Amino acid sequence: MTAVPDIEFRGVTKRYGAVTAVSDIDLAVPPSAFVALLGPSGCGKTTCLRMIGGFEQPSEGQVLIRGNDMAGTPPYRRPVNMVFQQYALFPHLDVEDNVAYGLRQARPRLASREISQRAGAALEMVRLAGYGSRKIYELSGGQQQRVALARALVNKPAVLLLDEPLAALDKKLRTDMQIELQNLQREIGITFVLVTHDQEEALSMSDFVCVMNGGRIVQLGQPSEIYDEPADLFVADFVGKTNLLSGKVAGHSGDLVDVALADGTVIAARKRAVLQQGQTVSVSLRPESLRLGAPQSGPLKGIVRNRIFLGSTAEYAIEVQGIGTLLAKADHMIGHGNLFKPGEPVAIGFASGTPLAFADPKNNGTNQRE
Amino acid sequence: MSAGIGAVSMHGNRFRHNFLTALLLAPATLWLVVFLVLPFIAIAVFSVGERAPEGGYQAAFTLAQYANLPARATAFWNTMVLAPAGALACLIVAYPVAYYLALRAPARWRLILLALIVIPFWTSLLMRTYAWMYILGGRGIPALLAYVGIEDLRLINTPGAVLLGIVYGYLPLMILPIYVSLERLDRRLLEASADLGATPLSTFLGVTLKLSLPGVMTGFSLVMILLLGEYLIPTLLGGGKVFFIGNALVDLFLQSRNWPFGSAIAITLVLVSVVVLIAANRISTRVSGARRVDLI
Repeated sequence: MTAVPDIEFRGVTKRYGAVTAVSDIDLAVPPSAFVALLGPSGCGKTTCLRMIGGFEQPSEGQVLIRGNDMAGTPPYRRPVNMVFQQYALFPHLDVEDNVAYGLRQARPRLASREISQRAGAALEMVRLAGYGSRKIYELSGGQQQRVALARALVNKPAVLLLDEPLAALDKKLRTDMQIELQNLQREIGITFVLVTHDQEEALSMSDFVCVMNGGRIVQLGQPSEIYDEPADLFVADFVGKTNLLSGKVAGHSGDLVDVALADGTVIAARKRAVLQQGQTVSVSLRPESLRLGAPQSGPLKGIVRNRIFLGSTAEYAIEVQGIGTLLAKADHMIGHGNLFKPGEPVAIGFASGTPLAFADPKNNGTNQRE
Repeated sequence: MSAGIGAVSMHGNRFRHNFLTALLLAPATLWLVVFLVLPFIAIAVFSVGERAPEGGYQAAFTLAQYANLPARATAFWNTMVLAPAGALACLIVAYPVAYYLALRAPARWRLILLALIVIPFWTSLLMRTYAWMYILGGRGIPALLAYVGIEDLRLINTPGAVLLGIVYGYLPLMILPIYVSLERLDRRLLEASADLGATPLSTFLGVTLKLSLPGVMTGFSLVMILLLGEYLIPTLLGGGKVFFIGNALVDLFLQSRNWPFGSAIAITLVLVSVVVLIAANRISTRVSGARRVDLI
């Protein structure tokens, strides 16, 4: 038997009246992991986080923290702390009093010297030493973010909950904070549960990504698995950029299926579900898996419509007759200089096994994609 | 060159802007000067004068009227006790109501309940206080109590009656500012407090109450200041036995026609009000740590 999970969901369902926000979720978060709950808004990820924090009670099932059933345990008795969206710092307290807030609630009471020592250490950890007497409104967004982190971590929680913590920061600061959060998590060694709708954030920061949609977990895995082996069409579409081409199953050969695309081209794709002959499918092709070459050198033919040069790579929008516009991403080698120009005809190829074929629920009329 | 032109046109704009501002503020300013500043100056001048033998004012410069203030000590005493006590009683009744309305009441009921609180304002305070006169008077509650054997209970013309009238009349003025400050309160702060281990009671004391203090202070100073000048309620429910400074003023100006003494009392009253207002504002900005200074 492995270690007791830090967080465990057992058959958890949450309903608000007639609306089911979370339905029948099972999840075990191993100790010292950085887990991201990723999904579009309304997928139930925040509700899950709030059930861990104790702000919502599951309608069915159990939420366990380190093996203890949390049913009926109010938020103030749970060994977890949360970094709230927009931080929810106390406006009437200065930075140090915000950080010390949790320590002051401890019973039996802590000595005031210990409180100020630990608060000071927490501020140092988030690189805000010396900011203790500042007012909250005097701080920038990034500083407020770090005060919120210190305020939560100073209590030495078993698990740190982060509700879209970076959403309010600008891009540069967000990237810095991503690295800082990762470093913090490794340093402290406690479990972080991050809720985000930003797939890039989830992939870059976490050890495990739990992709949610429509109140259910669609896929749980390491970031590279999620990206390379998406479980279904939703994950393929939501995580990272991809080209989705619809077609029909024309033949089977082992792991691969032949898919006839709309323009008649037949390509071999790896199947991610049981597929029937003639079934409508969607084929996912990552932009970076496309190889562009001279005309006739690949199965698909198109014309470059747009080029965005990004330094290390270049992105092309390529119009393929009968299929639509595909996005391709090509590495740029210094000195080669052979960028394709808008208007130029190109052939598109790909390594075998990189296209993935998914059952397309939308086109089959069965269970609608949400 | 172009900078010069820009500066000129900007100057023109600023002039027009200032002129417009002045125009918009003119009616209110005129009103305040004619009905507040000038009378105030007149009262200040009266207060250092003397009573003319036939009543009214006679020019002089003396502080005798101020030295005579203890002659109305009872009115001051009643006012200084019953005004804060009335404001405090209002606060004690109003806070739970405002709390319920802002944080507990179902959203669809909130507006209806708020309307119910404001509806009494649609009838004049005079009428409503008259009603209390009958309710508390000999043919009101005492008569009912006499049926069950409780005889000779006097309610009207007591400090208690005045206090009751005060709470009844001024309660909405206390509820509304507290409600506004609680309604504005960011609910996530309450969750954050609970998340950090605070029990509901510590969350209330450490977050809710502190952040609603500007509302409390606004309500308190509003009610308190209106009560310092209260005349109607002590007249009707205190029946000349419980009288406020307001009653003393009416008496001095209209009955004994001692304008200078009345003026000295009025000036003192204004000074006390200003002190109360400043103190309330200091307390609320300090404790709630807020940047904003909202007096009312």
